[in-house]
Amino acid sequence: MRFSGLRVIREGLTGNKGWRPHWRDPAPKAEYDIVIIGGGGHGLATAHYLAKVHGLRNVAVLEKGYIGGGNVGRNTTIVRANYNMPGNSEFYSHSLKLWEGMEEDLNYNVMHSQRGVINLFHSDGQRDYAARRANTMINQGDDAVLLDRAGVRKMAPYLDFDNVRFPIYGGLYHPRGGTARHDAVAWGFARGADSRGVDIIQNCEVTGIDIENGAVRGVQTSRGAIRASKVGIVVAGRSGQVAAMAGMRLPIESHILQAFVTEGLKPCIDQVITFGMGHFYISQSDKGGLVFGGDLDFYASYAARGNLPMAEHVMEAGMTLMPMIGKAKVLRSWGGIMDMTPDGSPIIDKTPVDGLFIDCGWCYGGFKAVPGSGHCFAHLIATGNPHPVAEKFRLDRFRTGVGLMDEEGTGAQHNLH
Amino acid sequence: MRITCPVCGSRDSREFQYRGDAVALRRPAPDAGVDAWDDYLHLRDNVAGRVRDLWLHGDGCGGWIVVERDTVTHEVFGATLAMEIER
Repeated sequence: MRFSGLRVIREGLTGNKGWRPHWRDPAPKAEYDIVIIGGGGHGLATAHYLAKVHGLRNVAVLEKGYIGGGNVGRNTTIVRANYNMPGNSEFYSHSLKLWEGMEEDLNYNVMHSQRGVINLFHSDGQRDYAARRANTMINQGDDAVLLDRAGVRKMAPYLDFDNVRFPIYGGLYHPRGGTARHDAVAWGFARGADSRGVDIIQNCEVTGIDIENGAVRGVQTSRGAIRASKVGIVVAGRSGQVAAMAGMRLPIESHILQAFVTEGLKPCIDQVITFGMGHFYISQSDKGGLVFGGDLDFYASYAARGNLPMAEHVMEAGMTLMPMIGKAKVLRSWGGIMDMTPDGSPIIDKTPVDGLFIDCGWCYGGFKAVPGSGHCFAHLIATGNPHPVAEKFRLDRFRTGVGLMDEEGTGAQHNLH
Repeated sequence: MRITCPVCGSRDSREFQYRGDAVALRRPAPDAGVDAWDDYLHLRDNVAGRVRDLWLHGDGCGGWIVVERDTVTHEVFGATLAMEIER
């Protein structure tokens, strides 16, 4: 079933009776070539690229709940490539290019909207850093524009430019950044993988990983044993528990990141805007809701909900930056469980177990990484070698101290990012 | 979330700073080797459930405390002064 404008019109005129489910609901087979644990954005993208790029179709994606029910459905949908460190810079650049071709690749409307991202700065020091970061982005082949006050004012006249403590000096503008419809990304990749023969198996919880003589042999699940000579773990938020099934401990602590959405309003915020002096960033969804969030709650948690101190901080920062939103009513708030690594950067690597691969540690940056992560993880599983743009995402970089990617410059330690 | 400080009693969690798994109380010897230090600095059990972690009552008595709590429900079971824990 392919989507097209013509098809939408025809279905609209004939009562929308021709639509069919976008993926099958198969029972698990006893054996696959490759098993992917985790049916979130990254897992489904991995399966899609395994089938599409590498022709590997005897693949199962095992999901303990329903697909897209984890962090890919619990984020603030921002897509960007404005990183500063080698390793991250080329990876997110690669990922953004995949975003730009995703809708055609998947024949699926993920509502990718390149409305631009503005990172505000509020001091001379921050301006210098923004200029440096802009140059890194330009050197990487991406786009960056250093806006002065007047430039920011033209795009976002409603900001409090003359705030006494945090006056706005300008902004780092990344025109190709933007947002996407998060659920559609999971569904689009699921449909892409399923149409090429990948079995997407929901309500199938992995309860054990079978290892013999240092090599993976398959997994135990709530729906029976499944044999496979290659297994990929892509279970952000639960990486520690699944890795423990293979006897591994990871350099990861799980933290909560909160987000909020208001009632639907008329269009007012055209870009994604981040505050440089407090933890607050915001965009407006196509339904009109203001979607915004802040920083971690900063203690290990799996609660999928946050506490009041960070919620208050986010509201205060929002009011400081753009007092006009003060009367908007918050409809919902939620928390996603973040795999936090010591340096704040992800891991895509082999494990000490032969045939067992892991993709984890996306911290609070996982959504924009969905296609890049899937593409690179599929490459690693299929070829046994890391993809060139993800080769710095090594599992052992903390042990060796080589190649740490501490984007915030706070030190490669837990609880600092 | 409220945390019961052994010195100050039940206090708002805003008064406390989090330092992670109470593994920090088991610092290896300087020459313990790469594996021991990697384990201590980076690797975590990262339990979903009951944990012991280290907090500083920085905006209160200044004491380092080990808090027992549940990472899924946010229930706090109790806390002990770190100096009173045997190492």
